[in-house]
Amino acid sequence: MLRPRIIPCLLVRDKGLVKTIKFDEPKYVGDPLNAVRIFNEKEVDELIVLDIDATTKGNEPDYTLIKNLAAECRMPLCYGGGVKSIDQVQKIVSLGVEKVAISSAAVINPELIAEAARRVGRQSIVVVMDVKKTGLRKRYELFTHNGSKSTGFRPDDFAKKMELLGAGEIVINSIDNDGSMKGYDHNLVSQIRKTVNLPLTVMGGAGSLDDMGRLIQEFGVLGAGAGSFFVFKGKYRAVLISYPSREDLDRLFDSIINSGK
Amino acid sequence: MITIIDYGLGNIQAFLNIYKRLNIPVKTASNASELKDVEKLILPGVGAFDWAMNRLNASGMRELIDELVLEKNYPILGVCVGMQIMANKSDEGELPGLGWINGKVSKFPDRRHVCLPHMGWNDVHPKTGNSLFHDLEKNSRFYFLHSYYFIPENEEDVIAETDYFGRFPSCIGRNNILGVQFHPEKSHSWGVQLLKNFAGM
Repeated sequence: MLRPRIIPCLLVRDKGLVKTIKFDEPKYVGDPLNAVRIFNEKEVDELIVLDIDATTKGNEPDYTLIKNLAAECRMPLCYGGGVKSIDQVQKIVSLGVEKVAISSAAVINPELIAEAARRVGRQSIVVVMDVKKTGLRKRYELFTHNGSKSTGFRPDDFAKKMELLGAGEIVINSIDNDGSMKGYDHNLVSQIRKTVNLPLTVMGGAGSLDDMGRLIQEFGVLGAGAGSFFVFKGKYRAVLISYPSREDLDRLFDSIINSGK
Repeated sequence: MITIIDYGLGNIQAFLNIYKRLNIPVKTASNASELKDVEKLILPGVGAFDWAMNRLNASGMRELIDELVLEKNYPILGVCVGMQIMANKSDEGELPGLGWINGKVSKFPDRRHVCLPHMGWNDVHPKTGNSLFHDLEKNSRFYFLHSYYFIPENEEDVIAETDYFGRFPSCIGRNNILGVQFHPEKSHSWGVQLLKNFAGM
């Protein structure tokens, strides 16, 4: 049986690990490689690492960091940040990264997704969509550059386009719910789940294992990602890296399956 | 020594780290002269079929690897696309495969509600008592990331199967040649056990 994936998402800035709220107020939470070592011990399902400086500053991906992360990770790794060209995609895959996340470049140059999928296989091409509610009618809209640039795209239309071009996974990131720990945006997920048949990973808002359970209960097997949930403890947001035990996860999934979903 | 074929594909370092932690001697080979002192080979892979074949053909190691595997019968473990290229051909590409195990690589059928790629942790059910799955007979799970899978011509070449809207071969093998569709190098303790088993074969 294919299991849902529970995925810590780490944000890198100035070579350090940070956590944001609504894509703002970055708080330093530690060293990336050290965090990976802790997540190794906890046997996490998968890891996403996003360099949130690379695109906004126009930097090349930090290949030394990527190489070190890939070497350290005992679980599959998805890297994103500053990826604009097919050569970069290929280089990152050759460093031992299983999946490359592309965000703003997919908006500017959608053909990159098709080309990258042909070159390295669609299973390694992940499109990250940062979504925010905008306007008086609070419609979902796709943003880039850490939520600072609007694109005018509806997330469901854009996801469909990415699927047709050759993306292998869509990561949906709710800017509104980022860091809130109040639960995922199910309406947003529902809109995209209806339009694409790709594996989805959802981020933004997870505050508890129950939030993840509710997501899986409603949408079946997918990736439930989180940042704060895995790095903060308690109401003062003390930094403490954690991950649910395998027993807790298996119990959660079994209860969902037994409830008939 | 266990030698990991470095043709610019797959997570070489992850294999090295695992064997180093297990205190099992391991090295990499990126050209023919480095294919010395070989006892066992690992052919890793992440990526598309033709890209993998192109890289292997361009590596200058292809002939020697063929000889080591087909004439000298050294054990070899292919991983993901490193397993798929052992077939005769693939629907994903146009280039011929290595043809070490008769069969072809096909895509999962397009059906509604079947998400592709098959991505994540899934169970692997060994069919035969192959020693690759020693201590992994029950409740072992591995990480998968693929849309294509190997269909051997001979049913007896299927060593293990996995369920994803029907059963498909997730491990194949014939004599000294073995391949796994999943990523043991990224599958925590289960993957470590499998790689340890391979080292002990």
